[in-house]
Amino acid sequence: MDASIQSADRLAEPLVGNSPARDAWLRLKKNRMAMAGLYVALGLALSCGLGPLLLHSAWGYDFESQDLAYGARPPSLQHWFGTDYFGRDLFTRVLYGGQISLCVGVLAAVVAASIGTLYGSVSGYLGGRIDDFMMRVVDVIYALPYMFVVIVLVTIFGKSLPLLFISLGLVGWLMTARIVRGQVLSLKQREFVHAAKNLGVRGPTILFRHLIPNTLGPIIVYFTLTVPSMILQEAFLSFLGLGVQAPRPSLGALINDGAQHMAVFWWELVFPAGTMALLLFSLNFLGDGVRDALDPQLRGRS
Amino acid sequence: MLGFVIRRILGLIPTLLVIVVASFLVVRLAPGSPFSSERGIPPEVLVELNAKYGFDLPLHEQLLRYLGGLLHGDLGLSTKYPQRSVNEIIGLGFPATLQLTAVALSWALAIGIIAGVMGAVRQNTAWDHGLMTFAMLGISVPSFVLGPLLVLIFALTVYALPPGGWGGLRHLVLPGITLGSYYAAYIARLTRAGMLEVVHADYIRMARAKGLSETMIVWRHMLRGGLTPVVTFLGPAVANMLVLSVVVEKIFATPGIGPYFVDAAFNRDYFLVMGIVVLYSVVLLLMNLVVDVMYGLLDPRIRYE
Repeated sequence: MDASIQSADRLAEPLVGNSPARDAWLRLKKNRMAMAGLYVALGLALSCGLGPLLLHSAWGYDFESQDLAYGARPPSLQHWFGTDYFGRDLFTRVLYGGQISLCVGVLAAVVAASIGTLYGSVSGYLGGRIDDFMMRVVDVIYALPYMFVVIVLVTIFGKSLPLLFISLGLVGWLMTARIVRGQVLSLKQREFVHAAKNLGVRGPTILFRHLIPNTLGPIIVYFTLTVPSMILQEAFLSFLGLGVQAPRPSLGALINDGAQHMAVFWWELVFPAGTMALLLFSLNFLGDGVRDALDPQLRGRS
Repeated sequence: MLGFVIRRILGLIPTLLVIVVASFLVVRLAPGSPFSSERGIPPEVLVELNAKYGFDLPLHEQLLRYLGGLLHGDLGLSTKYPQRSVNEIIGLGFPATLQLTAVALSWALAIGIIAGVMGAVRQNTAWDHGLMTFAMLGISVPSFVLGPLLVLIFALTVYALPPGGWGGLRHLVLPGITLGSYYAAYIARLTRAGMLEVVHADYIRMARAKGLSETMIVWRHMLRGGLTPVVTFLGPAVANMLVLSVVVEKIFATPGIGPYFVDAAFNRDYFLVMGIVVLYSVVLLLMNLVVDVMYGLLDPRIRYE
């Protein structure tokens, strides 16, 4: 009874069967490294999201309360990653830092993808002189040493968390804009766009209803590859002391602390560094897999 | 060919001009001033300081003055280090940064190309998978993770290499590896992909038909065709390496230009920030030009008109 209802539901849903999204998912599922990356990344995200809460309710640890008398101790049963110089539980701090790194990475990638998609699709759709000009602007910005621009932006706008990912996103949209523009240039010559135009659909509607949804594949591919690179850049800034500010930890700031004490307190470097590497490793494999799954022609290219 | 290069260099001038003007405006319109951090400056002194650096003029006049100085290769005066011009500071720090980048680039190219060729020649074997997993590891372990770990192992545990400082090639080994590993890994992936793309090209079949040795085919013919993506990557790679050297120079206490930039941005040292941004933009633009010229050397089908 239950099964028949389900199958009736399935019949009613037109996309089930050979939808491109399902095809891509099946291809992704076959890629063992990508799936491993997906599970590891999900696991990390879950433990970073819930871990600090659980640790707090179990042992009362949090990321900022200090116990100077306790000081830095190596890993033990109470403190799995040890404690830092101020007696703070490193496991809590690493998980909390991972949470911040993931948030900044994902949000910065969202900002970059949104700006890039909007800019690129408008440029491609309008075409002609405007397109030339808009792409010339992208070329010029591309010629700037962009990490320096981020450093300048961060020092100008202050070091709050939202401004951090907005600054990162503001310089990370160029490739998305180029890719989307290329897609839109070829899509706008297709029959369905001509049909929409002849039916009197207005420009913005064509852009958002017909053109952008059709470029989602490359946008998703580039998005998944942008997330690890944004996490990396946030860590780069935090390592220079420009990112997330103490006592809040981010993985980059923790690695920076650890690097200063590594000769004595090796665990302060090894655990945050290992977490960072594992996170980027899994996200990069996932990104590669998503690219292969959504864009089979690109398979094998870097 | 020469005409092509000259025309390209002339084409770079407007781009550079836009970059200079844009970064000038961003840096100058930012809140804060170079003298706000040193509190207790008497107002009379402040007026004098502003006059010395020309900050009392209208913004467009300041811009014209800066551009005029740039034409003569004069990058202005540092506000943080009043005794020094920006040219002097760059002259002190840039050679070290350049050496570090050169060492990192050479090792990245050597390791990356060899690993990429080996992966491509033995495609889909355990060798290939192992090398490419290792390359992914290289891409995923950032320099500020790798650097301290290398110091921990090779300088503080094994005592094989100095943990930092400057002087001689020994001091460049760890920073060079740290800076170059990401690029070695990326180049390995690009080389492998590029090689696999030309494996079935007609000119490779031709080389086989001529009876050339496999070594000759792989290293002379396939590599030359397969290197195009690597060459494309080189332009941005060198520019990124220069920026990334900020971190590496911090880890290893190398006397490069990087730490100056972070300080300068903090202190609103306008001309120093501008000077470094302009310098690196020029390097980036020139590298892209070199890349375009190299295409022609690698692929005889490309002709410059």
